[in-house]
Amino acid sequence: MTAFFEARLGLPYEWAYFLSMIVGILVIALPLMLAVAMIIYADRKIWAAMALRRGPNVVGPFGLLQSFADGAKVFLQETIIPSAANKGLFLIAPILTFTVALIVWAVIPFAPGVVLADINVGLLYILAASSIGVYGVIIAGWASNSKYPFYSALRAAAQMVSYEVSIGFVLISIVLWTGSFNMSAIVETQRAHVFGLLNGFGFNPLLFPMAVIFLISAMAETARAPFDLTEAESELVAGYQTEYSSMAFALYWLGEYANVILMCGLNAILFWGGWLPPIDWAPLYMVPGIVWFFAKLMFFFFVFSWVKATVPRYRYDQLMRLGWKIFLPVSLFWVFLVSGWLEVTRYGVLG
Amino acid sequence: MSLGYIIKSFTLWEFVKAHWLTLKYFFKAKATINYPFEKNPLSPRFRGEHALRRYPNGEERCIACKLCEAVCPAQAITIESEPRDDGSRRTTRYDIDMTKCIFCGFCQEACPVDAIVEGPNFEYSTETREELIYDKAKLLSNGDRWEPALAANLAADAPYR
Repeated sequence: MTAFFEARLGLPYEWAYFLSMIVGILVIALPLMLAVAMIIYADRKIWAAMALRRGPNVVGPFGLLQSFADGAKVFLQETIIPSAANKGLFLIAPILTFTVALIVWAVIPFAPGVVLADINVGLLYILAASSIGVYGVIIAGWASNSKYPFYSALRAAAQMVSYEVSIGFVLISIVLWTGSFNMSAIVETQRAHVFGLLNGFGFNPLLFPMAVIFLISAMAETARAPFDLTEAESELVAGYQTEYSSMAFALYWLGEYANVILMCGLNAILFWGGWLPPIDWAPLYMVPGIVWFFAKLMFFFFVFSWVKATVPRYRYDQLMRLGWKIFLPVSLFWVFLVSGWLEVTRYGVLG
Repeated sequence: MSLGYIIKSFTLWEFVKAHWLTLKYFFKAKATINYPFEKNPLSPRFRGEHALRRYPNGEERCIACKLCEAVCPAQAITIESEPRDDGSRRTTRYDIDMTKCIFCGFCQEACPVDAIVEGPNFEYSTETREELIYDKAKLLSNGDRWEPALAANLAADAPYR
């Protein structure tokens, strides 16, 4: 696209590059906002169906426009800032959450070569950016100057730190196998990964447990049910969002769901072959890679909603036990297994 | 910890079972009706919004006996009466405070002339509290509006009384 701007508009390289980046960002961010609206609708519909309810079905055909109606309602409301709140931080917190939820999408490959920033440390970038995400919650809890948001912020901090540890080990095993932090390289390594036939680390029996741990940790990382202790409404009103209204609340809402979609996309990319079809068979490659990627993303979103509709919320000590006493040792042991396997198969027992 | 327990917990067996169950429910028929467009059938004895009925010739049924006012456990009914020009006793005021009413149906049980009845209508929400304090005009207009349904309900229930 940079070349296009240079040739057609006669811009110097720097400006053409800048312009093409802006266009790339808009091409990713605007459909993402639309996707968030539709995914909230999908979430409510799936959840309703499993509870034998109908879900939103009045606004627009089949209720498809429900999220837009909710959005319009929220934007028209007054932004209330509590008088005891720390104004600056109070307003920065939702912006931070929302921004961080968006910037991670820069390194997500949608199809071969279709990625905004094809950087070599894509996976590290994702880890770093998603770690910043917790600041939005902590700052919100602190700046609200209210006890329930504060409790919620403490929980969020502990929860996200705990599960990032096991996510880190899961990613290490992926990186060991791939030999690269680059997202596109990770996807390409999964081509014909098992029996020269199945595309995806998840089909590998050695890595499948890691895929499961990653899926569950992703739910904890995005504070989805059954790990939604940060907004445990029976104890903490609405968690860290309690004091937020209007636009600021909507930003949390959008950011949270953008993060959920991101985690679904990461599941697809890291373990189930990203844009590759599940089976390495020529006719399946007729379908464009982006379709496979979004199909996998939607499947994992269905799983997220499915889990939300099925499993009751964990107690706080159970959450911590699962993170530190089960996932951490298991994923650590699996890193040992994977690295041992790679050592033996690639370099021989004696290296 | 038995071996079975360890295998079950590491294969997340309980979770798999639970998710299989919810997946089956996902494809089941919905238990809820599509409310504003579909409605559940109502019994002829359903006690909804009040109405004051008239005789077919247009004469109002209520004779201001005040039995309903006396029996009303919530004291939601207020009646004032005076002889009319032709000498018959009629109400000059018949108010029901719908915010007090508990929909027990004692008023329609007490009424000797089937004047005050509770009809099948339950969709009469308002935006202000004042609108829920019904006066005689409102109750009579309810009666005129719902008369076919009210008469049918009374006829359906008559064999059991």
